[in-house]
Amino acid sequence: MDATISGAQATGLVTAHKPTGRISDPVFVGLLWGCGIFVLILLGLIIAMLFEGGLPALREFGISFLWSTTWNPVTERFGAGVMVFGTLFSAVIAVIVALPLSFGIAFFLTEIAPGPLRRPIGVAIQLLAAVPSIIYGMWGFFIIVPLMAAYVQPPLIDWLSPIPVIGALFQGPPLGAGMLTAGLIMAIMILPFITAMFVEVLESVPPMIKESAYGVGATTYEVYRNVSVPYGRTAMVGAVMLGLGRALGETMAVTFVIGNATRMSASLFAPGATIASTIANEFPEASTGSLKLQALLQLGFILFVISFIVLALSRLLVRTKG
Amino acid sequence: MKFTHILGAAALSLGAAFSGAASAADINGAGASFPAPVYQAWAAAYKEKTGTGLNYQSIGSGGGQNQIVNRTVDFGASDAPMKDDKLESASLLQFPTVIGSVVAIVNLDGVEGLVLNGAVLADIYQGKITKWNDAKIEALNKGKKLPDVAIVPVYRSDSSGTSFVFTSYLAATNADWKANVGAATSVQWPTGAGAKGNEGVAGTVKNTKGAVGYVEFIYAAANKLATTDLVNKAGKVVTPSVKAFMEAAEAADWTHAKNFAASMIDTAGDGAWPITSATYILLPKNPTSAAQSAEVIKFFDWAYGAEGDAIAEKLHYIPLPGPVVEEIKKAWASEVKADGKAVWTN
Repeated sequence: MDATISGAQATGLVTAHKPTGRISDPVFVGLLWGCGIFVLILLGLIIAMLFEGGLPALREFGISFLWSTTWNPVTERFGAGVMVFGTLFSAVIAVIVALPLSFGIAFFLTEIAPGPLRRPIGVAIQLLAAVPSIIYGMWGFFIIVPLMAAYVQPPLIDWLSPIPVIGALFQGPPLGAGMLTAGLIMAIMILPFITAMFVEVLESVPPMIKESAYGVGATTYEVYRNVSVPYGRTAMVGAVMLGLGRALGETMAVTFVIGNATRMSASLFAPGATIASTIANEFPEASTGSLKLQALLQLGFILFVISFIVLALSRLLVRTKG
Repeated sequence: MKFTHILGAAALSLGAAFSGAASAADINGAGASFPAPVYQAWAAAYKEKTGTGLNYQSIGSGGGQNQIVNRTVDFGASDAPMKDDKLESASLLQFPTVIGSVVAIVNLDGVEGLVLNGAVLADIYQGKITKWNDAKIEALNKGKKLPDVAIVPVYRSDSSGTSFVFTSYLAATNADWKANVGAATSVQWPTGAGAKGNEGVAGTVKNTKGAVGYVEFIYAAANKLATTDLVNKAGKVVTPSVKAFMEAAEAADWTHAKNFAASMIDTAGDGAWPITSATYILLPKNPTSAAQSAEVIKFFDWAYGAEGDAIAEKLHYIPLPGPVVEEIKKAWASEVKADGKAVWTN
């Protein structure tokens, strides 16, 4: 009964439907073009705004703005060195921590996990990606920072700081907040993205190759090491770069836990600053036309360029997979 | 700055679209976050009484200055007074509303009523004094047992009026600080760790043994934080209290201050708290709408009255001394004009 009615309605609709006219279709296509071009224009305008707004700072300080480590709002001497270093340093820590974890989770999910466990873990990882940045910041500030200050940093400083060379990474008072803490929080934040792409890559390994490897007596680890990983290596590197790209621009959580000091230090425990955290901190009090605002816009442009390079690399690597 | 303006205009028109729900007579202000609680409390009480609403966006002093220079709001608010030439070129009238103060907080077990002074605080924030049992701190705290614990200075990472007031105090009391660091809403801190907002500084100090930080008194009072005493210019030890802030306000040189920018930092007076400062309103002297400008003045006229003072005091802000308010009212009547006519008369 239902079927006949809906069938009749369907035919009614078809007969009532006027064929797409000469006007409406080009309009629709034009709108689609507009949507596509809109993205390009928007991106272009943002880049242009950042560059044009920051240009006076670049003129004032010259190209040395890029590596100068001075950031003094009182004398209006600005340089991006500390922030560029902090951005790269903290993002690299994040990737170094997230990478082995992502490998483990992805391989567990695709190969080891029994069916009933696969979904809950998969969903949990996706939920990690859904937690807002500010929540990670608060969690980091109230839970991780005190834990680091009380239990992680003091013993590490005692044991490792006297060692030459490596010791430089473990100098300073146990503040809790600092580069390492920021890297750890970001590692958790980029974990879901890297893991999701790893799972996709590992699932795309043809079962026949894996079965063959098991067939000739390879262990789980050997299959993982010699079959799955080499099969998707480039795509995996691309996934890591994508994670790195996300870590570079992370703002809110980092601002809470990095310690916000515009000083250069090689120590993992020293407070530092990233480009994004500096902009977030300094922007509200930067007045129109001030050198500070121009320096901040220029910082934004530098971050844009760094992210663009990383993203372009990751695209390139993901595309050349297989 | 062309593109900045285009994007800025887009953002503003979006904002206008959202705020369109408020009635036309409502007053719009933006700026400093430090006085935001009292402005909002005043706005609520004023709306109940008169029906005129006030929307105050706490976007930071720099943002408040930008918006009033561009005339996108009816008044701007700033913690640090604006420079005289900038006020002149933007033809703005600047007047203070309430007084607030900054206190030092510490995390030091077993030490009650720690006493510090500006010179010592500046040395701590420069990394020159690194232990709590330093001779300079012990000299101020005779008879107290100070621990051999490293000092961790904590500062505001976000640029803020609080940092401006605090660094002004350090610069006023320590020549090295004045020469090497200076006073501003954010500075290049020689040592220590930065945390975002009062809550960030308070949280970091609470989490870190041996930490010292600075927050607004209203925040410390509301959260019952352990504050230190300070030695003031007269050489007396003062405990942060409303009375001590009022003494600082009365000791300030209001008569000679241009644009009401009287410094209350480290004033003379036996009981004066040395880190005290006013927060300011910026009002166009040549308003585009006389009616709107009059509404703003009426609002602050009410706020300076008994009702406004009671609300401010309940939130631990200090109302302005009476003579200063009289001067401000004179300035309103004589300086804010639309088409050559005063928009408000006392």
